[in-house]
Amino acid sequence: MAKELVKGNEAIAKAAIKAGCQCYFGYPITPQSEIGEYMGAHLPDMGRVFITAESELASINMVIGAGTTGTKAMTSSSSCGIALMQEAFSAMCCAEVPGVIVSVMRGGPGLGNIAPAQADYFQALKGGGNGDYHLIVLSPSTVQEAIDLTYRAFHLALKYRNPVMLLADGMLGQMMEPAEFGEYPYKDPDVTEWALNGANNRKPRNIVSLHMPEGEMEILTNKLFEKYERVAKEETTYESYMTADAKLVLTAFGTVGRIAKSAVQKARKEGMKVGLFRPITLFPFPEKQLNEVAQNAEMILDLELNKGQMLLDVRSAVFGACPVEFFGRTAGGLLTPDMMFEKIQELYKKLEHKTEAGVR
Amino acid sequence: METLVYKRPESLLKDGHFTFCPGCGHGVVLRIVAELLDEYNLQKDTIAISSVGCSIFLEKFFNLDVAGASHGRSPCVATGIKRCKPDKFVLTYQGDGDAATIGFNETIHTACRGEHITTIMINNTNFGMTGGQASATTLVGQVTTTTPHGRKAELTGYPLHAAEIVAKCDGTAYSARVAITSSKCIRQAKEAIRKAFETQIKGLGFGFVEVLATCPTNWHMTPVEAVKHIENITETVHPLGVFKDITAKEKQ
Amino acid sequence: MNMKDISVIISGFGGQGALFAGILLCHAAVLEGKHTTWFPSYGAEMRGGAVNCCVNISEGDVPSPIVDKADAVIALNDASQTKFESRVKTGGFMIINSSLVHIPTTRTDINYIKIPFNDLAQKLTQPAFVNVMALGAFIEKTGILKIESIIEVMKDMSKKVSAKKATLLPNNIECVKFGANIIKNQLITV
Repeated sequence: MAKELVKGNEAIAKAAIKAGCQCYFGYPITPQSEIGEYMGAHLPDMGRVFITAESELASINMVIGAGTTGTKAMTSSSSCGIALMQEAFSAMCCAEVPGVIVSVMRGGPGLGNIAPAQADYFQALKGGGNGDYHLIVLSPSTVQEAIDLTYRAFHLALKYRNPVMLLADGMLGQMMEPAEFGEYPYKDPDVTEWALNGANNRKPRNIVSLHMPEGEMEILTNKLFEKYERVAKEETTYESYMTADAKLVLTAFGTVGRIAKSAVQKARKEGMKVGLFRPITLFPFPEKQLNEVAQNAEMILDLELNKGQMLLDVRSAVFGACPVEFFGRTAGGLLTPDMMFEKIQELYKKLEHKTEAGVR
Repeated sequence: METLVYKRPESLLKDGHFTFCPGCGHGVVLRIVAELLDEYNLQKDTIAISSVGCSIFLEKFFNLDVAGASHGRSPCVATGIKRCKPDKFVLTYQGDGDAATIGFNETIHTACRGEHITTIMINNTNFGMTGGQASATTLVGQVTTTTPHGRKAELTGYPLHAAEIVAKCDGTAYSARVAITSSKCIRQAKEAIRKAFETQIKGLGFGFVEVLATCPTNWHMTPVEAVKHIENITETVHPLGVFKDITAKEKQ
Repeated sequence: MNMKDISVIISGFGGQGALFAGILLCHAAVLEGKHTTWFPSYGAEMRGGAVNCCVNISEGDVPSPIVDKADAVIALNDASQTKFESRVKTGGFMIINSSLVHIPTTRTDINYIKIPFNDLAQKLTQPAFVNVMALGAFIEKTGILKIESIIEVMKDMSKKVSAKKATLLPNNIECVKFGANIIKNQLITV
């Protein structure tokens, strides 16, 4: 299939349709409105469901309704809109309702701005919603990856009966590059075992998130966490680029990961042994794999468009194997290849100095 | 010859027992809903949405598939379900705290979209489950745990009239307020809920029935006093009536 | 000049078509089997604000869609020259719309190509397309793509737009060709 020039947001919407998304519920917010526009232009003609909801609260709860029937459904939003959905994410995890959420991050906090940022890592990974729960979070760095991970998001949501978030940023949403839409590659599980469809000659089912009897909620939560362990075992993915001999390993997610690749290439041209480790699943985080890389490295440099959020997971994974430095910008400020390269040079000099000192 | 005078509806669980306070109105309404589901042979094809409040434990009473919603979002969950399963009967069962206070925006928009779902809103003019705090429908002067000296309009405004506002929405097919204070009222309430069922079955639009219900525990009244309170006080603020019925127009 | 890889920033005020020129360029690159990225930047306004896009075209992968220094900048208004003059690589060039830009240039390590696009376009056709004319000049100057590819992309696009918009195709083609001719035949002393 030929590659076509496509905008990130449109690619996600088109991929969702190809993945069999039957319903889209959303509320407009920059920089992801093209997703809703694309869905509005295409889903009704296909006999599928499109609703511009009264709020992000309504959107995600409509996704819950669709999810309880085992139907593939999605919503998309950005930073402050995603904030409104947190209660529902927690409820979905608890009641094991599948659904896909696309989060295209903008600058924050508050209304912030509409420029690209990555400051909603904590929002996606560390809660917002109440209780012990995890979204499965996928982080695309190219338009092609956004397509492939959208397919995967729909599959994982049904496979694990868990909400899956595609965590993109405004840069990926707004940029264009050539990509191709392959066929949806997954075989989805049968939902008739659990989905609501009327208690027709069977026991009634319920999909709820309130569990009052003593001990019931703890047993359920433990089961959820056994599931999360299975997800970690089977679904963790990452990109390891030139890390084998790297003294300095960059860590970055999403579009920062691809910009960092340019910086690595530039550093390699200058003879510096620099590599890149880019988590593709943010939950499950490739903890073990990053630790292995860190064992052979002399330093990790974490790069993010925030004040250091994934940094906590990076440090936890590295677990003291080598020092971890952080370099970031936030609230719409971009990290360019040259900025990264300068930081690499600065740190690399320190490393060489240390090595020389060690020899003496 | 034997005459059957009482039969437990198939739509209720055989071993399900209502857990409401003595004199509470919920049990009567749930019974009406179950009877109607039986009458329309809908038990096998219904998905009910439980909400937050005393209305929450539907799955403990109903022999139905039940989806739980967060506080105020039942109409959204119902919308998602109905759009995916248009041949199923979809019912939300909510209180005034859920449907008229935290979730009134959802109620209104669901009505405006004309979703083919039925919403039953139990209005006992307070937050029952959390201990009787003032809600959007609380009467001026009503004593609650958050208005210990009675609701003062100058401080917290006036009660919201849900059925009348829902009736104003173009997508609403039927909207009524009923009470369950006497056998006659209960029969009328059943007929109103029947209409709200039929508008969904016929695909005419959103069906909404607000039921004035007693909450003796939080009102600090006996069940009989609570019934009298509705007849003498509540109905003067939240009047009974059918505020919209597009099938009545059709008949004309 | 015959370049294989290139980065260019196209900048103007909203409505001048800077973003669209970048999209045309990318489509043409895809048509010629090249890798490309388009990354826009715009203000909150739907019209009139300052807009720019960064386009990369390469034989290989394009990891970073943004560049610190571009091989070329196309400045359609004076604010664009002010903002992006420093972002041209040493040895690179800047195409300036001298109909609207009247501020002096400040660098000696880059080439400036000043063309009064608005004036030329007005004389050429009505309505006229400054963005497409600048694009024609850029492509002719760099040799990064064929002018025919741009024309093919424009023809293809005109099939997908309203009939009213589609009538603008001949003007667009004329403008892009004229832009290329300015460079080819040295119609303007640069």
